[in-house]
Amino acid sequence: MSLPNTPQNESPLLEIRKVSRHFGSKPDIATRISIALGAAKPPPVVHALDEVDLVIRRGEVLGLVGESGCGKSTLGRIAANILQPSSGSVLWKGTDRSKLNGRALRDADLAAQMIFQNPMAALNPRMNIETLVSEAPAIHGMIKGSRAAYVDEYLQKAGFDPDMKRRLPHQFSGGQRARVNIARALAVRPDFLVCDESVAALDVSIQAQILNLFMDLREQLDLTYLFVSHDLGVVEHISDRVAIMYLGRVVEEAPVEEVFAKPNHPYTQALLAEVPRIRPGKRKFEAIKGELPSPINPPPGCHFHPRCPFATERCRTEIPKRKEIAPHHYSACHLNDVAA
Amino acid sequence: MKPLLDVRDLVTEFPIGGKQGLRAVDEVSFKLNRGEVLGLVGESGSGKSVTGFSIMGLVDKPGKVSSGQILFDGEDLATQSYEQMRSLRGRRIAMVFQDPMMTLNPVLRIGTQMTEAIHAHEKVSPSQARIRARDALGMVGIPSPEERLDAYPHEFSGGMRQRVAIAIALLHRPDLIIADEPTTALDVTIQAQIISEFQKLTEEQGTAVIWITHDLAIVSGLADRIAVMYGGRIVESGDITTVLEAPHHPYTRGLIRSVPSENSRGTRLAQIPGVTPSLSRMPEGCTFRTRCERATDACRVRPGQFGNELDYHRCFHPFEEKLA
Ligand SMILES: Nc1ncnc2c1ncn2[C@@H]1O[C@H](COP(=O)(O)OP(=O)(O)OP(=O)(O)O)[C@@H](O)[C@H]1O
Ligand SMILES: Nc1ncnc2c1ncn2[C@@H]1O[C@H](COP(=O)(O)OP(=O)(O)OP(=O)(O)O)[C@@H](O)[C@H]1O
Ligand code: SF4
Ligand code: SF4
Ligand SMILES: [Mg+2]
Ligand SMILES: [Mg+2]
Repeated sequence: MSLPNTPQNESPLLEIRKVSRHFGSKPDIATRISIALGAAKPPPVVHALDEVDLVIRRGEVLGLVGESGCGKSTLGRIAANILQPSSGSVLWKGTDRSKLNGRALRDADLAAQMIFQNPMAALNPRMNIETLVSEAPAIHGMIKGSRAAYVDEYLQKAGFDPDMKRRLPHQFSGGQRARVNIARALAVRPDFLVCDESVAALDVSIQAQILNLFMDLREQLDLTYLFVSHDLGVVEHISDRVAIMYLGRVVEEAPVEEVFAKPNHPYTQALLAEVPRIRPGKRKFEAIKGELPSPINPPPGCHFHPRCPFATERCRTEIPKRKEIAPHHYSACHLNDVAA
Repeated sequence: MKPLLDVRDLVTEFPIGGKQGLRAVDEVSFKLNRGEVLGLVGESGSGKSVTGFSIMGLVDKPGKVSSGQILFDGEDLATQSYEQMRSLRGRRIAMVFQDPMMTLNPVLRIGTQMTEAIHAHEKVSPSQARIRARDALGMVGIPSPEERLDAYPHEFSGGMRQRVAIAIALLHRPDLIIADEPTTALDVTIQAQIISEFQKLTEEQGTAVIWITHDLAIVSGLADRIAVMYGGRIVESGDITTVLEAPHHPYTRGLIRSVPSENSRGTRLAQIPGVTPSLSRMPEGCTFRTRCERATDACRVRPGQFGNELDYHRCFHPFEEKLA
């Protein structure tokens, strides 16, 4: 699939610049005093994102992959404007989002929707499906005709039988709830959709329906996607470009064919070596070797160095810079200096 | 050898507004030996989770197991009292729920929840319990486990919560673990780490596992046997290699063909035509009838189990040839 052609002068839909996000529980006053006196340890700070740069162009599908806990949902939430960065800036259609207000802010908020990773947590357990789907579009006056017809349309799009719309979320299976979440996000007719493991809970045949739907909608409604998934098969299938994260940083970014054909970063190479396929025959699954690096205590230099087979002294001290190693192909690894 | 788990003609129903109940699980039968892994796969809404809840005695009221037997180590779980089930749960049978927040309490620290789970069935000192909890977190690939014990569930990523739920289920090394989509949102490295822990349990402790998933790639390397569900019934069951190489049932074939990694990029994925009817509108006879390209008038009758009690399918016009 080729990249959608955007005029050169048009600004990208979303631009993330040097965004970091830290999480730390605020100690209460008593704990603060004991920390000051050396009687208690300061609470750990999680470095979820570390100076991430990322551009999302209009009409594209950007796949985001990486290990569990590496910061994908945090980045997704920042892209969808649900979470604010600790530092750095986010530009929406060329304007710094923190400078938006009033109508412009409301429109930007509605235009960016997120389908959350955990469908149950996102659904109010006391609201029936119909209310859950129609709530936001009704508030914002998006429903012109009958509310019931509007809800049915979006439920059907997401492969959910509208007959069941009077029931409560807990009465559904995991995959059915995931589809309610998808219908709910689509119902406000967004420009930009952050899909966080949105098809993970679905069996492959419904996954296929939903992925096909996402591709159709992109053509019909000009949607742009940030597609978070751990499933490389799905990412390869749906994305135009792919960004690979490792422990709070984007380590590689390239058009999809390029990543899968010529992965550059050692982490990406390791990741691709393990694409699971259906292979009958029992096999031994391998435990992780060594200790996993932690975002509470990220290793200095290149975050991947404790697990990288090519790590050198330099990797242990110096953070590798993001470089364009081929057209539109970026990677952050010291090995690229030597090769040049 | 007597199987560890022998489920016979299990039916679980949810009454809906006075009418006849919805059969979420419809005459399901399977057996599981010690140390064996059964992959339970199938369409969303086909009854996989409810099958698990039924074995655990945790069907959401007013739903209930209305007939059939669940023989666990010779005893019928379907007739056990609430107290008896409670002493089994967590200790001899554990379930990793599809939604980790069914296991986790949002207002308690992770460490507290894990030590409580340990204390529920074992007398150990608080400091020992904490060490065990920490090691269990490390085992599911959570870095800095010591510091993370003091965090709350909302401070964990989606996959980390899923892993805590797994760690809790493994705490007491139960005889049977029902793992419901346990690694759906996990990357391959961590998936492999977790599966290797399960494999250790099956080999060293003879733990039996029901691995509920839609991920055929995992099941193909992990399971000994597979059962495929559609519309509340097991439509095909057998040895994993045999079924994946030469599936008899049209639904099983469609399922295997729609795996994205088996399709090419950018094209539309092969998908099974039509949508799953809701339970209240399941067709009479073969439940797959409305979506099946091989359907004939014969399929208006409910298909029985063709084959033996371990290897069977429910289809009048089964495929015999291998998948291309
Ligand atoms: N508490 C409930 N009340 C009424 N119906 C229910 C309840 N729980 C489940 N069901 C219905 O039972 C059927 C089987 O659900 P189940 O959760 O077992 O599906 P599943 O195979 O696990 O699907 P998934 O892959 O989507 O998780 C579904 O149609 C669901 O709507
Ligand atoms: N509200 C929060 N408070 C404290 N820490 C948080 C919070 N949200 C996320 N984190 C931490 O930030 C890190 C990144 O989390 P994030 O949810 O972005 O990961 P992820 O890449 O989406 O992982 P997964 O694939 O498991 O969902 C994790 O270490 C997590 O514990
Ligand atoms: S910078 Fe060094 S440690 Fe990091 S990926 Fe490259 S070679 Fe490996
Ligand atoms: S019994 Fe008939 S309808 Fe059902 S799967 Fe077989 S051929 Fe298709
Ligand atoms: Mg996440
Ligand atoms: Mg389920």
